[in-house]
Amino acid sequence: MSKHLKSNVIPPSRQRETPRTGLTWIGQSMKRVEDPRILSGKGGYIDDVSVPGMAHAAMVSSPHAHARIIRIDTTKAKAVPGVIGVYTGEDMATVVEPCPSFASPPITQHAMSVGKVRHVGEVVAAVVAEDRYIAEDAADLIEVDWEVLPANVDLETSATATGDALLHPDDRDSNVALDESFSFGDVDQHFEQADHIIKRQLRWHRSSAQAIETCGVVAQFDPFKGGYTIHSNSNFYNFIPFVIGGALRVSPGELRIIPVLTGGSFGSKVFNHKIIILTAGLARLAGVPVKYIEDRLEHFTNSDSHGSDRLYDTELAVTEDGTFKSLRFTVMDDYGAYLQFGVGTHGNAMAQVTGPYRIESFGMRVLAVLTNKTQQGPYRGFGSEVTNWVMERMADAAAAELGRDPVELRLQNMIQPDQFPYMIPTGNIYDSGDFQKVLAEAQAMFDFDAWRDRAAALRAEGRCVGIGLATCMERSVYGPTEWWSLNNRETPGFTLTSTPEGITVRLDPSGKMFVTLNSPMVGNSPETVVAQILAERLTIAPEDIVFNYSDSQSGFNGVGPQGSRFTAMIAGACVSASIKLEEKLKRFGAHMLQRRPEDVELRDGKVAVKGLKDQEKAFGEIALTSSFFRLSFPDGEEFDSGIETTAVYDHPLSTDPAEDRSHLGIFYPIVGHICHIVAVEVDPGTGKVDILDYAAVHDNGTMVNPRTLAGQVWGGTANGIGTTLSEQFLYDADGQFTNPNFAEFAMPTANEMPRNFKLGHVETPSPFTEYGIKGGGEGGRLGAPSALTSAIEDALSDRGVKITSLPVTPPILRGLIRDAEQATTG
Amino acid sequence: MTKRSIELTVNGRLRKATVPPRMLLSDFIRQELSLPGTHVGCEHGVCGSCNVVVNGQAVRSCLMFAVQAEGAEITTVEGLAQGDALHPIQQAFWEEHGLQCGFCTPGMLATAQELLAQNPDPSDDEIREAISGNLCRCTGYEFIISAIRSAAAKLREANTETTLQPV
Ligand code: FES
Ligand code: FES
Repeated sequence: MSKHLKSNVIPPSRQRETPRTGLTWIGQSMKRVEDPRILSGKGGYIDDVSVPGMAHAAMVSSPHAHARIIRIDTTKAKAVPGVIGVYTGEDMATVVEPCPSFASPPITQHAMSVGKVRHVGEVVAAVVAEDRYIAEDAADLIEVDWEVLPANVDLETSATATGDALLHPDDRDSNVALDESFSFGDVDQHFEQADHIIKRQLRWHRSSAQAIETCGVVAQFDPFKGGYTIHSNSNFYNFIPFVIGGALRVSPGELRIIPVLTGGSFGSKVFNHKIIILTAGLARLAGVPVKYIEDRLEHFTNSDSHGSDRLYDTELAVTEDGTFKSLRFTVMDDYGAYLQFGVGTHGNAMAQVTGPYRIESFGMRVLAVLTNKTQQGPYRGFGSEVTNWVMERMADAAAAELGRDPVELRLQNMIQPDQFPYMIPTGNIYDSGDFQKVLAEAQAMFDFDAWRDRAAALRAEGRCVGIGLATCMERSVYGPTEWWSLNNRETPGFTLTSTPEGITVRLDPSGKMFVTLNSPMVGNSPETVVAQILAERLTIAPEDIVFNYSDSQSGFNGVGPQGSRFTAMIAGACVSASIKLEEKLKRFGAHMLQRRPEDVELRDGKVAVKGLKDQEKAFGEIALTSSFFRLSFPDGEEFDSGIETTAVYDHPLSTDPAEDRSHLGIFYPIVGHICHIVAVEVDPGTGKVDILDYAAVHDNGTMVNPRTLAGQVWGGTANGIGTTLSEQFLYDADGQFTNPNFAEFAMPTANEMPRNFKLGHVETPSPFTEYGIKGGGEGGRLGAPSALTSAIEDALSDRGVKITSLPVTPPILRGLIRDAEQATTG
Repeated sequence: MTKRSIELTVNGRLRKATVPPRMLLSDFIRQELSLPGTHVGCEHGVCGSCNVVVNGQAVRSCLMFAVQAEGAEITTVEGLAQGDALHPIQQAFWEEHGLQCGFCTPGMLATAQELLAQNPDPSDDEIREAISGNLCRCTGYEFIISAIRSAAAKLREANTETTLQPV
């Protein structure tokens, strides 16, 4: 281990339930508990919420990328019958403070613009009316006079802009919001000693999650209690009051956030703080409950969830025999107009930046550049999808320059199965893995050697067929240091150190088990997962469990589904709750059976005397007796009536970043591994890519529900295919966002998906989580872009086309092919 | 705006209402009829999550005005299950994990109803083609395709008609 990592000591495992075979429920592809109500149309999404007296809001959005607001005339709008109120940013500022910012130093952002706008779609005024039709009519009548300012569209130009082109001239005199450098290990020395330095400039363009449901809020203000009741499709509802209480000028306890079933997130609904503040402010101003649901255009242009938009200058230090010694890069990221989460997406990428390889040191300079675009937020991968692609591009580049087989070169550099837990140069660890096994399974499934021969034969016939292979990491179960570890060391900001997940379990006198979750359902399977784990741990049937979601006032710690954390974290909470419940059940049951607690065990939903068949009490009977017949039990608070427990699970394994940031600590240690292999054919005349064959093998540790995990892999792969082949946000020179709709932002349909998708799993259990579970919500998108890019480059290898930028839409790829043709024909 | 009276059958029930001519069918179904199972994802005719079955065909309710549905027979997702028995297509979506967040699902179910009424034994490519007008951001479609394949088998086996009229 490199000496810079010596102080980063791996804490002991807190695992209580060891991975093992022969489990009853864990590992079953049980049908989802959530589905019948959703399938019958009774799910209850945000737009299904209605409260008495509710009015509807419509927004006036900026048509300019960068402009001063000179005057807003709301007279005509106010006169429209049915309009309750019309409000500008100045009005909003009387009831709310600017949005919270994780950037350090923070960047001021108003939920409704004050003074100037910084991207197309930014809200400058709103109408609250009896219905949305009236609100939109009135919004059309609002007149705004603008002074248009220079728009920053290009990343590199914006970084050097001055004067009127500065986005936040009051806060800072540059559009570079952060510029920090890090060195983890002996980077300079490794580069000095390298035999080869592989260099690539790599570009990843912005797109976003675009869940089919947009974001929305229903907010009410109670002037007497001084608090808000808010329905929101945020993923983060038990946490968000602490983030936005200040902006809403209430204490977190005065915010009651009620969750709803959420129509997909993939990161895009993680916080949703701006839309909550905006709608809550309107409700307070208008004095009525207000519903605001983004339309699709608003979701594209103002939802603050655009994905990474990065330019990398990357170098890989390699020795003569092909050993990867060190990686370094300078990355500029186009964050858009604000920096809500700081450079958390780069913090995230530090979890696995060196991929599955034994790279000894790593160095980085990161520049967060502000431009006149919608700001970034999370999108499936949260920045690690980009570094996976960068690492795999570099591995392919090294193979090409050294004349080595790309698979064999990867194998040579891979971390070996006996090297876990393995600490990478940034200080994060990989808890466990068997990357070689994953690779071997994927190759077998794909029939790799045969496909390679076939591709070569087809290429010899002049067809552009190629194979791409990627071996990538899938970090899961994040610790919150990623949000702040790359911030300026003097002002690191909001330095959280755990991401807890809680659960409440109550055994009802009816015999049902009532479970309250603190995180919403966003398309994942929280109820199914909990049903399987509680059924396993407490020997009950999953159908005897009834689910409920807390609101932020009734709830306990919960951080929600993000960073592929939920399954592993809630499993921990389920185990904690089960341990406490088991003890109570045994205490009460043993008394009823006139035995000692140590003589009884849990069996098929009963407390039963060990070794005796019919000496048992059903949980329902115990719950009923303990709830209603207190006097049947001895005195003492251990026999207080009722069987209920609340339990929480904190991050299983994390350490703080080093004070001097010579390492970042352990923060994302539960790692899965993925291997994607794909065969493509490119039509050189049109640049269209056809996927001929696809195999993906994922190792997510112990699988709770193979079917739902497969669904996540499939869905993530579809996202990754879109990212690679078709999805890109386009801006013109004035900063107009030119394709913010589903017709022109081309997300894959069923027709774009591979016909022969083969999916396999390897299970390398984590030694740190309960049952060895690892997260698996992001893997598809963490692997697909790398494999596909590699396949396309291979398909066009005879034509000398190099892929250094994503996406490669047909026109872009056709352009690359044309350029290569012109270069060869002179 | 002068309102117009309309009369139509929704999920087998005759509904009468007075609506502004510009009210979208999707808004009418969701707000006036209180049937929120029909979802609105884009309101520009691309995602298909607002699909409902109108006179046997899956149509985008965000691209129709309520007044255009005068006299029509409409089935929304709420009209599929009988009591606590899911419709075979819904049951197949459940068994095959054809949904994650479920937001696209009502539209997918409408498209599947039309397909299976016209073609009781579709090939995978025909299923793919049929649902290519419905966007799903969660599933990657594979399990939706399995669900429709399985629903077709269930429906053939039961030899029952779906609730939908032949086109
Ligand atoms: S909402 Fe009608 S097609 Fe998208
Ligand atoms: S299940 Fe979420 S969009 Fe299809």
